[in-house]
Amino acid sequence: MTDFTMPSVAGTATTRLRKPDLSPGRISRRYAAERRFRLYGVLAVSLAMVMLALLLVSIVSKGYSAFMQTRINLDIAFDAQEIDPQNTHDPAVLKAANYTALIRKALSAQFPDVTERIDRRRLYDVVSNGADLQLMKMVLANPAIIGTTQSVSLLAGDDFDMLNKGRISRDVPEAERVLSDKQVGWFDKLQSAGRVHYAFNTDFLTSGDSREPEQAGILGALVGSLLTMITTVVLALPLGVMSAIYLEEFAPKNRLTDIIEVNINNLAAVPSIVFGLLGLAVFLGFFGLPRSAPLVGGLVLSLMTLPTVIIATRTAVKAVPPSIREAAYGVGASQLQVVLHHVLPLATPGIMTGAIIGLARALGESAPLLMIGMVAFIVDVPHSIVDPSTVLPVQVYLWADSPERAFVERTSAGIMVLLVFLVLMNAAAIFVRRRFERRW
Amino acid sequence: MNEATSNTATRPGHHGVAAPVTVASGKERRAPLSDATKIHSKDVCVFYGQKQALFNVALDIPERQVTALIGPSGCGKSTYLRCLNRMNDVIEGCRVTGTIALDGENIYDTKLDVVMLRARIGMVFQKPNPFPKSIYDNVAYGPRIHGMSESKADLDDIVHGSLERAGLWNEVKDRLDSPGTGLSGGQQQRLCIARAIAVSPEVILMDEPCSALDPIATAKIEELIDELRENYTIIIVTHSMQQAARVSQKTAFFHLGNLVEWGETEQIFTSPRDERTQGYITGRFG
Ligand SMILES: Nc1ncnc2c1ncn2[C@@H]1O[C@H](COP(=O)(O)OP(=O)(O)OP(=O)(O)O)[C@@H](O)[C@H]1O
Ligand SMILES: [Mg+2]
Repeated sequence: MTDFTMPSVAGTATTRLRKPDLSPGRISRRYAAERRFRLYGVLAVSLAMVMLALLLVSIVSKGYSAFMQTRINLDIAFDAQEIDPQNTHDPAVLKAANYTALIRKALSAQFPDVTERIDRRRLYDVVSNGADLQLMKMVLANPAIIGTTQSVSLLAGDDFDMLNKGRISRDVPEAERVLSDKQVGWFDKLQSAGRVHYAFNTDFLTSGDSREPEQAGILGALVGSLLTMITTVVLALPLGVMSAIYLEEFAPKNRLTDIIEVNINNLAAVPSIVFGLLGLAVFLGFFGLPRSAPLVGGLVLSLMTLPTVIIATRTAVKAVPPSIREAAYGVGASQLQVVLHHVLPLATPGIMTGAIIGLARALGESAPLLMIGMVAFIVDVPHSIVDPSTVLPVQVYLWADSPERAFVERTSAGIMVLLVFLVLMNAAAIFVRRRFERRW
Repeated sequence: MNEATSNTATRPGHHGVAAPVTVASGKERRAPLSDATKIHSKDVCVFYGQKQALFNVALDIPERQVTALIGPSGCGKSTYLRCLNRMNDVIEGCRVTGTIALDGENIYDTKLDVVMLRARIGMVFQKPNPFPKSIYDNVAYGPRIHGMSESKADLDDIVHGSLERAGLWNEVKDRLDSPGTGLSGGQQQRLCIARAIAVSPEVILMDEPCSALDPIATAKIEELIDELRENYTIIIVTHSMQQAARVSQKTAFFHLGNLVEWGETEQIFTSPRDERTQGYITGRFG
């Protein structure tokens, strides 16, 4: 017991006690430093807000008009001779009829003085190329209208729509305008006759893509994005959370898990196009999954999102205070019970934050989806995850790439829809996060 | 040398049958003390990685008594305590050797189920650590995962009883649904005690349960410990000599990973055999 020594009661002071510097200069310097720091913070935030506002203003100012559409009221004579001469009422006959001729007749009746071939062709552009489809649908829905004359509100042609919205200026010289002075005159005449309407563009929100800008809608891409996101969430979230929890809570800590961890972190930094190539080779090439399908898009995007989810989950799980685990172990909870009852609920806010970041990135991603064919021109709205479809960012890209003037506003409107989608998705995640946020 | 204490290392018998061997200290007025051994430990060594934290600890914990573990900071009290419900299993790189037997059954036996062990040996931690759930759920958690109740009424009963015994019922009976983390520190600690006794353990381990509490809350917990002694075997780590003297019947003194001396609390405090014990309890170091 000789190894036992008593520590000395007090150490001898080797240095003289110094007093804190309380001079006013020092204090005011500290205040100044704090004020500066606050100022920098406010400046940084303001700059970010200004940028955001600029972005939003430029998008909304360009895109809002896509939600309105110019329509032209014409008195269409549903001529039985033209539509169904044999009076068969056979849908096949009704479908094959030449409805364009009906529209042309109505227009010619409106402008009897336009006789030149070339002028008449230009006149017909006042109404959209796809307007005949609208008539066909009307007739199919109600064959009784054959033989009557109806006032029908038809889509205006894209250039005339632009003229009405002021996107095509009347002030520029005729040579630099897509519409000739004559065309402008006809439109004005229709307007003064009270035949031009300007109404909310429901078609934009209820139809798929089209070559004709005035008929192009966002629904196909919206549903495509939705299906792709659902696939991504369903795959990436459980997979990511499970892997993270296994790695964090159950896996032995050794070289192998270290290597896995490093690789997951690396994967998070891989350019998204690489995931697209991988998807092309594996899902399309090897497994033979359908091209352009939200299923494959979701698979590719979940590969891309997985590392983000795993990293966020591991961080969130690590942040659960050890005292909570100890408490649970202390009353005899098994490891699985500790994880499911305590760690996971407490980590959920963090997991949700990670999921938001990952999914927001996935939603805005277009490059990897180009590789798996989601860039194709698809008119039909997809009904399942194996139907060919496109997604919002790719649709925006496609429209931005189109030459027609009217696609400019559609592009911005597409971005607006994308942003709304993003906000809704984030709001949902924040809602989940709030529900699980607890204080201790 | 430290085995030379008064404790006769009896085989664990049926509790309450063994005749009282020791004379209780002044304030003992209740049940005669049985000196049946609840936990028998021998040659316990604990390593954290390469570092050895406990050296050949041999200690017998008597049934239905309070055993206090005292010693300077870092001497291994918590480490020893955590060996008893295998809480050290959770710590990466921690290794335990030697034998620890609960009622004669080796708790480090590979066939033994840790979860069942921890249900039999409850623990209260230094810092109150209620779950971020309601007061009710805090207490009901253990009984729920161990399937201890048939019905909701049954569970209500357990929760009520546990809170009652932990001396908390009157303070929280109107707000069982409010979060346990919203209680005061002392109430939280009593909630943790209620949570521990809700699973009807045989042994309760307490690691400095009063270190975060004020004197009044401490007095309440001490009173509670004294009452719980009737039904449970209690092992308490404390830094307060007064507390050890007040609540415990047996005291063990640790120093630098060694069990220096253990025996009747009265004896340890009035006539310690070892110079180091003497030094510590008279406050010359620690
Ligand atoms: N998780 C751990 N990893 C490594 N070393 C540890 C760990 N826990 C404790 N130790 C070491 O083991 C020794 C005993 O620690 P222990 O916590 O048992 O001390 P203690 O007696 O409870 O001290 P205190 O009174 O301060 O709580 C100390 O030297 C400590 O540094
Ligand atoms: Mg300790």
